[in-house]
Amino acid sequence: MTQLTSPQRPAVGLGTTRHLPSWAPYAALAVSAAFAGAVLALAGFSTAGWLVLTAVVFVVLLVAASRAVEGPRKATDRFVTSLVVGAFLLALIPLISVAWTVISNGAARFDVEFFTYSMRGIVGEGGGAAHAIAGTLIITGITTLISVPVGILTAVYLVEYGRGGVAQTITFLVDVMTGIPSIVAGLFAFALFTLILGPQARLGIMGSVALCVLMIPVVVRATEEILRLVPHELREASYALGVPKWRTIVKVVLRTSVAGIATGVTLAIARVIGETAPLLVTVGLTTAINYNPFEGRMATLPTFAWFSYAAPSLPVEASLDRAWTAALVLVILVMLFNLIARIVSRAFSPKTR
Amino acid sequence: MSKRIDVSDLNIYYGDFLAVEGVSMAIEPRSVTAFIGPSGCGKSTFLRSLNRMHEVIPGARVEGKVVMDGQDLYGSDIDPVDVRRTVGMVFQRPNPFPTMSIAENVLAGARLNSKRMRRSEADDLVESSLQGANLWNEVKDRLDRPGAGLSGGQQQRLCIARAIAVKPQVLLMDEPCSALDPISTLAIEDLIQQLKSDYTIVIVTHNMQQASRVSDMTAFFNIAGTGKPGKLIEMSDTASIFSNPSQKATEDYVSGRFG
Ligand SMILES: Nc1ncnc2c1ncn2[C@@H]1O[C@H](COP(=O)(O)OP(=O)(O)OP(=O)(O)O)[C@@H](O)[C@H]1O
Ligand SMILES: [Mg+2]
Repeated sequence: MTQLTSPQRPAVGLGTTRHLPSWAPYAALAVSAAFAGAVLALAGFSTAGWLVLTAVVFVVLLVAASRAVEGPRKATDRFVTSLVVGAFLLALIPLISVAWTVISNGAARFDVEFFTYSMRGIVGEGGGAAHAIAGTLIITGITTLISVPVGILTAVYLVEYGRGGVAQTITFLVDVMTGIPSIVAGLFAFALFTLILGPQARLGIMGSVALCVLMIPVVVRATEEILRLVPHELREASYALGVPKWRTIVKVVLRTSVAGIATGVTLAIARVIGETAPLLVTVGLTTAINYNPFEGRMATLPTFAWFSYAAPSLPVEASLDRAWTAALVLVILVMLFNLIARIVSRAFSPKTR
Repeated sequence: MSKRIDVSDLNIYYGDFLAVEGVSMAIEPRSVTAFIGPSGCGKSTFLRSLNRMHEVIPGARVEGKVVMDGQDLYGSDIDPVDVRRTVGMVFQRPNPFPTMSIAENVLAGARLNSKRMRRSEADDLVESSLQGANLWNEVKDRLDRPGAGLSGGQQQRLCIARAIAVKPQVLLMDEPCSALDPISTLAIEDLIQQLKSDYTIVIVTHNMQQASRVSDMTAFFNIAGTGKPGKLIEMSDTASIFSNPSQKATEDYVSGRFG
């Protein structure tokens, strides 16, 4: 006996489909958590195993229930929704874990002394990372000052002027630069300054040059993408008003994309501010504050954290605490830059109301 | 402040592709000239060559002469930027600058060129241009709101205001009403009638009624087939194009027996 039409559904019209109640997913979650807990209580409990088993049982349960009540299309929808949410939670785990580890370990030394003292003459407890914070801000600042104009101008050339071989070559080189390992960038700056100043040279500016090699391609890429998004009609509208090309680029194209460029630059800063290896070979490390990027070694937060952790002074606890707080400060700095970029984006982005 | 344009033997290329061939015509000052013809016959291409917007496209070039008041617009001593200041353009799709307010959009021609202007002068220009584009009454209370927040028809009139704020001699309009409702269309047609007393106006349209309503002269373009260049078939005063055209193709087209 074959059934031609499903019994619940009228052959014509929209019909009424049955739905799972809105609390069904939560109920399924509770049931599967309890079930997984019970199973593991017999076989030996572990948190990770419990979470994984809960997730699997939950998906099976929900999809089965949905298939029975709501039909195959809804069941597929629930299955894919679970996958998406699962992937999101999975991606969140390392983020939360890192944030939690850094905050809980770094909180101990997150005090005024940490921001006001350097490590000069400090033995044992106390001391701070003022020298490393200053170094990171100076070196990253110089890197940004160099990379942003170079990167933006390169992107403008590629998008607005570049044709044929030259543009293709530049695009290819930028792609290659994007993939350079950071230590290679550091060695490049080291080799460059060794040619000029000899192998003993350790300067803040060397670090900036190394970081520029890493930052410029990121800025170029981000800016290029954003500039290509500016509709051609806006450029034409500007040309048709008798505005020269360069003014059109500055006042229409760049102005329209400021928000996106700001975001791109922030991402690029975040990319380089945590670099350790290239700074170790070019800037070195020191214990005192050095505001002059053209003379002598400088401390930076990543190298400071690395050194305090890898070669702790006694008592070890104090050294490790300082390392964690340095990491925390670095995270906060990146967050601050993100915040600034958000504000800039908000202020400059096109509006409709 | 309106000018006569004489085009002689104009060939327009996209790279190696000859898009429009051998066009000669005279565009009279203080009149409305309409371009009609099937899609792809090169109306937009020809229109854009009248203010040197054509060459903005990579590889695009033009052969022949476009003479305005005795000066060849394609002469080697002519700056295309100056040409575009004299010959303004309104596009098919309204394209106000998204980062600018309504007032800033109107002033864009001056502001983008960093022209210094006193506050009162700027206010006057905004008001007169918006009045000229029939938009003043609708937006006078929200001049500082974003231009992109207006309706499509209002945006198009904003673009017209922006174009006339730079005080061109000639105004080119490429299907200015194709994205608009009948009421906005009527508003823009009225506007064209008013602007005619000050400007030389050239308008591309697919709407026969519109062409017969607004224009004094009509030019019919046609194309022999895909890949072939578009050509000017005939140009004459609008009444005779629509009532007794001299060419068979024109008659077929305006009476809807095309293709
Ligand atoms: N940017 C371009 N690059 C290459 N060819 C183009 C370009 N723009 C237009 N063409 C070609 O030029 C010819 C004329 O196009 P044009 O846009 O001038 O036609 P049109 O008469 O304005 O058509 P419509 O009424 O559909 O707007 C067409 O064959 C078109 O394919
Ligand atoms: Mg067209």
